[in-house]
Amino acid sequence: MFLHLPIAEISVNLFVIVGMGMAVGFLSGLFGVGGGFLITPLLIFYNIPPAIAVATGANQVVASSFSGALAHYKRGTVDLKLGSMLLAGGALGSLAGVWLFGLLRSIGQLDLAVSLLYVVFLGSIGGLMLNESVRSMLRSRKGTTGSDLRRPGQHSWVLGLPLKMRFPRSRLYISIIPVITLGFFIGVLAAIMGVGGGFVMVPAMIYLLRVPTNVVIGTSLYQIMFTAAVTTVLQAATNQTIDIVLAFLLMLGGVIGAQFGAEAGRKLRGDQLRALLALLVLAVGVRLGVELVLTPDSLYSLASPTGKIE
Amino acid sequence: MSCARTIAKSALAITVLIGAMAFQPECSGAQEVIEDPPESFDIGLSSSTIGITSEFNGEDLTIFGALDNADARIQRQQRYDIVIALFGPREPIVVREKDRFFGIWINRESATIPAAPATYSLASTRPLRDITSRATRERLSLGISTLRLDGTLPRLGEPRPLLRPRQKFAEALREIKTGRGLYSETIGGVQFLGPSLFRAELRLPADLPIGQHIARAYLFREGKVIRHTSRTLTVVKVGFQAQIDAFASNYGLIFGFVAVLVAIVTGWLGRIIFKRD
Repeated sequence: MFLHLPIAEISVNLFVIVGMGMAVGFLSGLFGVGGGFLITPLLIFYNIPPAIAVATGANQVVASSFSGALAHYKRGTVDLKLGSMLLAGGALGSLAGVWLFGLLRSIGQLDLAVSLLYVVFLGSIGGLMLNESVRSMLRSRKGTTGSDLRRPGQHSWVLGLPLKMRFPRSRLYISIIPVITLGFFIGVLAAIMGVGGGFVMVPAMIYLLRVPTNVVIGTSLYQIMFTAAVTTVLQAATNQTIDIVLAFLLMLGGVIGAQFGAEAGRKLRGDQLRALLALLVLAVGVRLGVELVLTPDSLYSLASPTGKIE
Repeated sequence: MSCARTIAKSALAITVLIGAMAFQPECSGAQEVIEDPPESFDIGLSSSTIGITSEFNGEDLTIFGALDNADARIQRQQRYDIVIALFGPREPIVVREKDRFFGIWINRESATIPAAPATYSLASTRPLRDITSRATRERLSLGISTLRLDGTLPRLGEPRPLLRPRQKFAEALREIKTGRGLYSETIGGVQFLGPSLFRAELRLPADLPIGQHIARAYLFREGKVIRHTSRTLTVVKVGFQAQIDAFASNYGLIFGFVAVLVAIVTGWLGRIIFKRD
């Protein structure tokens, strides 16, 4: 069943789009990532113009992360205080990121910068997470308790900086400087790469801030929801690149997938979840890396003179 | 050049008569001057507007036409040929070429094609190479391989094709557009239904761009163009499509808030309907 999209101006298969939304929604519910880093490449692969894919992806992320965050909120696994602090940093970061985006585009090779960023970040984060979670799994198999990363007295000096704040939900008493810095950094990345930043946020919260894994996912979803909502409004106001019909179809699949994902997540241990997310992140990173190195099918691509790829 | 001009004057009356754009009889060699041909030729579109709805997934555009006062001998020998091409809106487009740089494929060289039609769909009575020479096809922008991308209008009477921008980039553009179904040729897509009536089927792609499309029809007699005519086809979004589009471009900010609201309501409803905990 085909449908002609009003803004993207192309004809798509209804079931492919809904299915795409479901698959990404499932992963989003499972890992607490918005899925922006998956949905945007998938849409581009399906011939949706990249500008529309990035913006519409953000709109779909609002739905899936809202749905997921709500589920986590009901279970009490959202740290609103920590999430809001990250958000404050993220908002500043987004502004800086949008400026950097313009700068990169003006000197050309923005596509390359984005691809390299993806490969470096996905590759290194995926690798680190996989390494850690596998070791943690081996430890728990031997019988020692290691499913949660936190051990007393292991705070690094970063978390002991001044301006300390208590985050009861995460059982943390840490400086807000690294929290806001992390939020800022992720805001920059999110604006340049066109994603919510969950795949960077989740591991950073686990390994840098030492937030318990179960709280991380809900809090990350809460943060992503706001970032994606702001992106959606900005994109609609400046570029008119939100295809609401396409977004709605993705959401429809996404919310269904997210519920099943959240349920599946409850059956897995923290280290297993981290290992799976690590594999997913690595797979996307490796795929993008291979694409940069392998001889492409066609050496030529079409673009409009304003710089966006057609 | 002077030859083309004098004949252009004599052909002016017919040009006005058939409502064509810029008709000049062929003047490639000084000796072959074609007199005002007796044949007359016209086409008609069933509708001058195509509305894009949510269900639009490409369609066939049927064009009917008539050829009158045809020479019975030439008709028996099937030496009349008709080629109809629908040109989509023209726009500049950048073609980029990837090159290996320290092991990584990155965009290096690029060329701007000044005015490539967004879509191009052609139907003809026979294979184009059997109808007329390559030079004529290039002049008239007939055929994907000889389609002009520099923005000049197809016209007769030019001594040689204009210089082409960076051949390899133009070739790449043709290849990509053909691969996506945006450029197409249908040999045998024009068929005579009787001695004078003919019908053409043109394939319109699902990703048909909005805007003014121009259908140009050419009548060939023994390999020479003797008549041509054109019609404009307007492609617009209609109904729901048009409303969404207008809302998105006129009230961008509100549209953004609506999009977020839709997302939140969908996410919330999803929670209620699929509540599993």
